[in-house]
Amino acid sequence: MSTEAEKKSSEAAKVPFVRIAKRTALPIWKSWGIRLLSVLLALIISALFIFSVTGLDPIAVYVVMWDGTFKSSYSFITTLRDTAMLLCISVALAPAFRMKFWNIGAEGQVLAGGLCTALVMIYLGNLLPQWLLLPLMFVSAVAGGALWAFIPAWFKARWNTNETLFTLMMNYVAINIVDCLTNIWRGAKSSMGNINASTQAGWFPLIFGYRFTLNIIIVAVLSVGMYMYLRFTKHGYEIAVIGESENTAKYIGINVRKVVVRTMLLSGAICGIAGFITVAGKNMTISSGTAEGFGFTAIIVAWLAKFNPGYMALISFLLIFLQKGATQIASSYAALNDYASSIVTGIILFCILGSEFFVNYSLIFRGKHQKGGEKA
Amino acid sequence: MDNIQPAVKMCGITKRFGTVVANDNCTLELYRGEILALLGENGSGKTTLMNMLAGIYYPDEGQIFVDGKEHSIRSPKDALDLGIGMIHQHFKLVDVLTAAENIVLGLHEPGRFDMKAVSAKVRAICDQYGFDVDPDMKIYDMSVSQKQTVEIVKVLYRGANILILDEPTAVLTPQETDTLFNVLRNMRRSGKAIVIITHKLHEVLDVSDRVAVLRKGVFVGSVRTQDTSIGEMTNMMVGHAVTLNIDRPAVKDPKSRIEVKDLTVISEDGIKKLDDVSFDIRTGEILGIAGISGCGQKELLEAIAGLQPVESGSVEYITDDGSREQLLGRNPLDIAQLGVSLSFVPEDRLGMGLVGSMDLTDNMMLRSFRNGHSIFADRKAPKQLAERVVDKLNVNTPGLSTPVRKLSGGNVQKVLVGREIAAAPTVLLTAYAVRGLDINSSYMIYDLLNRQKEKGVAVVYVGEDLDVLVELCDRIMVLCAGHMNGMVDGRSASKNDIGLMMTRLAKKEEKTDEH
Repeated sequence: MSTEAEKKSSEAAKVPFVRIAKRTALPIWKSWGIRLLSVLLALIISALFIFSVTGLDPIAVYVVMWDGTFKSSYSFITTLRDTAMLLCISVALAPAFRMKFWNIGAEGQVLAGGLCTALVMIYLGNLLPQWLLLPLMFVSAVAGGALWAFIPAWFKARWNTNETLFTLMMNYVAINIVDCLTNIWRGAKSSMGNINASTQAGWFPLIFGYRFTLNIIIVAVLSVGMYMYLRFTKHGYEIAVIGESENTAKYIGINVRKVVVRTMLLSGAICGIAGFITVAGKNMTISSGTAEGFGFTAIIVAWLAKFNPGYMALISFLLIFLQKGATQIASSYAALNDYASSIVTGIILFCILGSEFFVNYSLIFRGKHQKGGEKA
Repeated sequence: MDNIQPAVKMCGITKRFGTVVANDNCTLELYRGEILALLGENGSGKTTLMNMLAGIYYPDEGQIFVDGKEHSIRSPKDALDLGIGMIHQHFKLVDVLTAAENIVLGLHEPGRFDMKAVSAKVRAICDQYGFDVDPDMKIYDMSVSQKQTVEIVKVLYRGANILILDEPTAVLTPQETDTLFNVLRNMRRSGKAIVIITHKLHEVLDVSDRVAVLRKGVFVGSVRTQDTSIGEMTNMMVGHAVTLNIDRPAVKDPKSRIEVKDLTVISEDGIKKLDDVSFDIRTGEILGIAGISGCGQKELLEAIAGLQPVESGSVEYITDDGSREQLLGRNPLDIAQLGVSLSFVPEDRLGMGLVGSMDLTDNMMLRSFRNGHSIFADRKAPKQLAERVVDKLNVNTPGLSTPVRKLSGGNVQKVLVGREIAAAPTVLLTAYAVRGLDINSSYMIYDLLNRQKEKGVAVVYVGEDLDVLVELCDRIMVLCAGHMNGMVDGRSASKNDIGLMMTRLAKKEEKTDEH
């Protein structure tokens, strides 16, 4: 029981150099402080990278990057436009992911919606008045996106197929169908050009001078609606229960198959709307690249935001900001091409993601541990 | 023993999980050639303390001495290097491998890998201590007690001479428990130091030399088993004496409520889980169901609750006016829509009865969220219910918005039982309602069940502790591998009779005797 001997041997014993402990809830200013620090750290690392590889002044590069979004009111509003697109698809994924249904098929569902929109524009655009045409485009886009989501959902509900692979494959089907049809439509021309270029039938009206103002409004409404749906409705509750524990859902009498199909119809329908606003409010045409890969980027957004539409908006904006900045850098500096600017983007994302670890966990180093021991 | 060097000495051990202090300045000594019972209610920090000895957790403060020398145990490998091995409550075995393969899994022995030598060594260990295990048997073919044996042999094979067993008897029949205790005594004789974590007092008296008691993470003290009594240990454990008698109000006017006829259930793997079981559940009484775990209890309750597809048979609900409704072929929602108020406290509380990541209010909502015609779910009523349950059942929670997963086992169960009873059931099915609960919480559950019984509810209590079954239940049905081995009167049945009925069929497969 000699305490001195114990103390001596305690010095000899090896305490692990660093241990990880779960934090209790951090005050908001601290958790956001950590996130802010991570951005700073990212900027420093990127600066080192830029300077050591290209010899350019990192500050100047950052200014150019900032300009990607904030140079002019037009660059800002196009950033908002693309943010809205990405956010729309993320919002579409939220209910499916909340249910732990891994819908990797947003890209295809957006294309399906866009294709239906284009079909209506091309074949009915000059027959119907605008007030009837737009709703019809909307309905057909919703139906197209929903159908693309319904197929894997039904197979999942009925035969428990793997939805990840199924929805992924559906993307390629959609891409190829769009490629095939655009080839037919363009005929001998090198590209399709704008649909109904002369009559502008089926184009969104100009609001505040921009066609895509309507896009931003629609996505804002959808985001708020989705937040309410997931948070307050019975459907939202059922989705959450299934996502957390299918056994509990069955125990309580929730018809899991029905909810899976219903939720995927909703998810696909909103993807379809994303296709609709892209074709009618932004591109005025369709190609297999219409979804711009946002169907995949949205997966990251939905995950990072933990399916909360408010956070989704922030993260979508950040991602688009980085993307615009990267493009701007690539066009301003010969030494920094697209790839180099993507690396900078990568470093920033990595640091921000990594900061979540430090928000949730703290590191306890060897010295600190013993101090704690003395206190007790 | 005072002048002997302890094999293990834990000094001032503190472990926190967030704000929860699992162990607060705990001290424990363990000597060679003794069996130490580590006693405490649930959530008292027994397992956490032993996990630190076994290298699963690392203590926030304090020191661990093995054979007088301080060591820092950072992983299970460190622990094994020091000769410390732990047999966990949930076995960590690979089902498709044989016993011998599991035993050597992860070992890096120099030279050629020789399965025959492994088997021989396993057999030698078995002979030495009186185990009965076939090294070449696959784990999936084994009974729970055989799997446990493999776990014990596994740590012995790795040279452990300090063994920690976490609630080893929880899954065993009385007969299997006796066998295990004999093995432990053999190991003690050969100089091993053994810790057995338990909250069953008679087992402590039966097998241990010394008892160490934890209460709410604090070390209360240790006494020699021969110098103590059940009363004193209970006092140390709970801080005040609790009566050990469970109430059993008289049955008033029992009427058949549910009639189960020739029920047969075959699992997806083609195993007959229930074989022609017929019985009735009556109003105003508690029907106990005894049996080794996995003998069809789960399937039986789930079949009645509409969760288990059945092969044949019928389950009829008899209303007060004598009309009958077939429950088979209906899902839980259909059953509820028939007007049958059937509550079910399933064995898997967080995986089926509740949603672990949701808070108390949202869990209360599970039963009521469909109420009303609005598309929005009403959270006011569930919140009030949650408040009532917390208040009436003394649920220990930081607040209503705490995820239930973060509550201790007893509090989780109170939330679940509270919700199920609030639905004003006519039938209340419970599976292992007090498993893992401390004495106080267990009695509260018995009390709740008795009050339901007095209200005329037909209560089913699937249990594992025979002492409780014979004290609480009015009738006890004994299941053995899906067969109904008998229906006995709870007031006259003896524990040993039931224990024998539980193993009557299984006996053929087991070796009859240990020599």
